[in-house]
Amino acid sequence: MKNYIKNNLSIIGPLVGLIIFSIILGFMSNNFLTLNNILNLFRQVSVNALIAFGMTFVILTAGIDLSVGSTLALGSALTAGLLTSGMDPLLAVLIGLLIGLALGAINGLIIAKGKVAPFIATLATMTIYRGVTLVYTDGKPITGLSDSFTFEMIGGGYVFGIPFPVILMFIAFIILYFVLRKTVFGRQVYAIGGNEEAAKLSGIKADRVKIWVYSLTGMLSVLAGIIISSRLNSAQPTAGTTYELDAIAAVVIGGTSLAGGKGKIVGTLIGALIIGVIDNGLNLLNVSSFYQQIVKGGIILLAVLLDRSSDK
Amino acid sequence: MAITSIIEMDNISKSFSGNQVLKGVNFDVRKGEIHALMGENGAGKSTLVKVLTGIHSRDNGIIKVKGKEAHFTNPKQAEKQGIIVIHQELNIIPHLTVAQNMFLGKEITYGKSGILNTKKINELTKKSLHELGVGNIKPDDLAGELSVGKQQMVEIARALATNAEVIIMDEPTAALTDREIESLFKVIQSLKQQGVSFVYISHRMEEIFEICDRITILRDGQYIGTENIADTSFEKVVKMMVGRELGDRFPAKNNPIGDVIFQVENLSSKGVFHNISFVVKEGEILGVAGLMGAGRTEVMETIFGYRKKESGTVKLKGKVLNTSHPGNLIDAGIGFITEDRKGKGLVLHSTIRENISLTNFKTISNGGVIVNSKEKMLVDDLIEQLHVKTTGREQVVQSLSGGNQQKVVISKWLGINPRVLILDEPTRGVDIGAKKEIYTIMNELTKNGVAIIMISSELPEVLGVSDRIMVMHEGKISAFLNRNEATQEKIMTAATGGN
Repeated sequence: MKNYIKNNLSIIGPLVGLIIFSIILGFMSNNFLTLNNILNLFRQVSVNALIAFGMTFVILTAGIDLSVGSTLALGSALTAGLLTSGMDPLLAVLIGLLIGLALGAINGLIIAKGKVAPFIATLATMTIYRGVTLVYTDGKPITGLSDSFTFEMIGGGYVFGIPFPVILMFIAFIILYFVLRKTVFGRQVYAIGGNEEAAKLSGIKADRVKIWVYSLTGMLSVLAGIIISSRLNSAQPTAGTTYELDAIAAVVIGGTSLAGGKGKIVGTLIGALIIGVIDNGLNLLNVSSFYQQIVKGGIILLAVLLDRSSDK
Repeated sequence: MAITSIIEMDNISKSFSGNQVLKGVNFDVRKGEIHALMGENGAGKSTLVKVLTGIHSRDNGIIKVKGKEAHFTNPKQAEKQGIIVIHQELNIIPHLTVAQNMFLGKEITYGKSGILNTKKINELTKKSLHELGVGNIKPDDLAGELSVGKQQMVEIARALATNAEVIIMDEPTAALTDREIESLFKVIQSLKQQGVSFVYISHRMEEIFEICDRITILRDGQYIGTENIADTSFEKVVKMMVGRELGDRFPAKNNPIGDVIFQVENLSSKGVFHNISFVVKEGEILGVAGLMGAGRTEVMETIFGYRKKESGTVKLKGKVLNTSHPGNLIDAGIGFITEDRKGKGLVLHSTIRENISLTNFKTISNGGVIVNSKEKMLVDDLIEQLHVKTTGREQVVQSLSGGNQQKVVISKWLGINPRVLILDEPTRGVDIGAKKEIYTIMNELTKNGVAIIMISSELPEVLGVSDRIMVMHEGKISAFLNRNEATQEKIMTAATGGN
């Protein structure tokens, strides 16, 4: 038991925070702790959580991906183009996800083979991908994507009363949790972030692992984008702007170290929920979105400061 | 004449979360003496220094500096009283000049203007370097471009510039060449004549007997005793340190040596090393000697696929190996224990289990998924086999002593059942008891036919352990010596390029 607590110390802080926030908001607003609102909250969280899951892998390798928002926009715009051309929705979505994988792989290649710092590489592709999106859409939304049940289901459907995006989020969570905890690939991700030279000298193909990690993030970003366009039945060229910040915030609040090698994906899920609870709760309390930003920033700062002090 | 002690530490105790690391330790430093502090890794040497300089508070005991009781709460206060620590990892900022480093944090300005008086800073730097007898270091040299030995001189000069009376040096010679060690000792001796005292922390017995006046020995946080170097012996110090007779430093090796298993042919890397060819036989230990910068580590890193080669081949049992990536060599059964344990060997904040697993995924996984039971079995077996002192496989390696960290690195490579094992400075920063254990492990491996290549800068070690010795000088092989014909003199001659 003692060991269990010790191993999960980095999670306990955020979890306690989440519970405290929820209780406070529960007292302040009668609507907060209703089943409806909670399901709604999870649905709102799912987009950021999916991106943040990928970001967790990236940050565990001591990297960063600023291009997730632009990848989301480009991937969903291209998917929207396929849909409006009359392609089968399932096929279009699959191709969209592969496009995300490829956009991520480009990031990975620049970083691993081109030896460019992840911050710079993805800052560049963030701008490029956004530019390509604007060129492709001519700066206008693509609307009337599909009225097929399959496509509407992705963002707007329910299974046993649970929003479909939430189900997607949990499926992704379970798979990625397993990958990080139980597979060789997961261990390699941690090792590269912990000490890249030692990892390479242990025979780990660090370049290949990094390319996969960025590809995964690209794919998850596009999945998040498709969820949004399914709900709106349109793809916006400016979709996903500043989403990288919420994703990084979720990872950091969840206790993952920006220096790499240390962190857990459960933490990221909790981090994303904390951000969601604050957004949702403050909305219910009719707090202006201007103030919401201040609160959110304050909480990120608090989370990191608490993490620092528990390190000592 | 009464002997005056600058520092007196009396009955010092310290524990961290219930774990007592210092148990009533006494230590004193007299004016103008060189006092060695010795003990195995984890004996409490560095904790004692940290308690002295105020990094840790003491639970119990008295510290007096120049007769007055002292309660430092940070190293700056200790520095004001003339007590300065020079760490093994030097505190030099590489892209600043020597003068900027010397005056870091105490820059001289024109009045209170905040504008640097660079001229005066450089003049004073030049003067202190000159007084130290290292006038060949220029104030505007970039510190990062100096050799480690010279960087150390800059640190000593900096210490003296702040009126140091006691300089504490932690493993000062670990990264120095023999010539640099010689000039360091000259400087220490001359400062001693001027009344500066030194606390000298080292694992190198020969050095301590060469320059120290007294020696204090700690074991498991306990004060074992203080001796005059002149009245004690090598054997006695070792016995005090490990609490038992250690026997010979180098265990006897007399296993049969088999056929050639590993061949390196005409390996070159432009500007680093040239035309390196050698063979190793089954059960043989090939020692690789040479000065720092001779290219020994680079050769091994290239063989292992960590660096790109220019030309040449590496063969195992006559089969040419693909050296494009370390993974290929590991698959072929070649292991490489790197010189830089913290930088290239271990993931420090990970557990013993995670570190050992890094090279052994093939054994412990099934279709890319880790099999917990297999992993635990492998790790526990290795921990037991190598007698790693630990609370268990989930201990973070950072919290292990140097010797035990090194055993974890070795475990990681024994897991692959290597046929050839390359060890680069395997006993650096490792205490004398653990050293012998490492030699014993190497002998056990050779009994099973493993071929070993060992780089070492400690000549007694090279001579005591190797069957054959290869000497390198400036990127080339300058000699091969058999165990029975090799002497320190012959090795040094070949290493310095003489005939």
